[in-house]
Amino acid sequence: MSDTAERIKKIVVEHLGVEPDKVVENASFLDDLGADSLDIIELVMAFEEEFGVEIPDDAVEKIGTVKDAVSYIDEHKA
Amino acid sequence: MAGLMDGKRGLIMGLANDRSLAWGIACALKEQGAELAFAYQGDALKKRVQPLAEKLGSDILIDCDVSDMAAIDNAFDNLAERWPTIDFVVHAIGFSDKNELRGHFADTSLENFQMTMTISAYSLIAVTRKARDMMPNGGSVLTLTYYGAEKVMPNYNIMGVAKAALETSVKYLAADLGDQNIRVNAISAGPIQTMAARGIGDFSYILKWNQLNTPLKRTVSIEEVGKSSLYLLSDLASGVTGEIHHVDAGYNIVGMKRIDAPDIVLAK
Repeated sequence: MSDTAERIKKIVVEHLGVEPDKVVENASFLDDLGADSLDIIELVMAFEEEFGVEIPDDAVEKIGTVKDAVSYIDEHKA
Repeated sequence: MAGLMDGKRGLIMGLANDRSLAWGIACALKEQGAELAFAYQGDALKKRVQPLAEKLGSDILIDCDVSDMAAIDNAFDNLAERWPTIDFVVHAIGFSDKNELRGHFADTSLENFQMTMTISAYSLIAVTRKARDMMPNGGSVLTLTYYGAEKVMPNYNIMGVAKAALETSVKYLAADLGDQNIRVNAISAGPIQTMAARGIGDFSYILKWNQLNTPLKRTVSIEEVGKSSLYLLSDLASGVTGEIHHVDAGYNIVGMKRIDAPDIVLAK
């Protein structure tokens, strides 16, 4: 697992209170990890803080899985 | 040491999470001895508010959808069962369809206009009326507004109109309730990265612009909003009512961008 993926996993586990082994690449925040729409916003804000990136609304809409979040951050972090 | 809010009880409405302005306010009040109750809307918010309320030693959580007048009556009836009287209310509530917090204001729909005004402005009137009945010895009501009520801000749109109605409601309520020693004020906070703010189009641009262009050359924190709220809700502000108090690092006095501030571009 990449460094980005590890850090994202840690945030997701803490925020959603899920078992670490459930946070796999293809896990959907809404369908597999039990997030609600407010959780998505809170997670995105936590990712922004952790990585110092900005994730605009249209990008947020495309982040459905853990992998989507990792890819977006890898592409945009400084 | 005696706290500024010792012996005072009040209701906080509109807390969402630990980034909320309402959280900054609740913490500042608690630190000075206030006893707090919390009103939330629906289960998604309940699960967020509950642990925060516990942190501040509160077990009074009340479900209240402020777009429903019977629900407001019911919420205050529930509160009255725990506390016969209260000393303050914090109204930190606003809502609009986020699709109308971007694009052209001229395209505002009647449906969203009415919903935004009901939840973001009328609710203060309804809540203050109920709070009044629980404030036989006077009290203090505080709401939150934004500069977009006074001047046009990008994408704030219908929420700016609702905040203008809210600010004027503060003044009329203050005039009405003054003879009962109930004070009504608002804090006009500068932009802060909250869950609610995420609904405003290009919010990060507005935030960045403020970081670079306020007199203090930074934005404000929820702790700073909390401290100013403590002033308005405590006896320190016993002579203050009908006031719209800016906690915005001074942005409202500025006429144009600072010459030493860089130009910024929208994040793509």
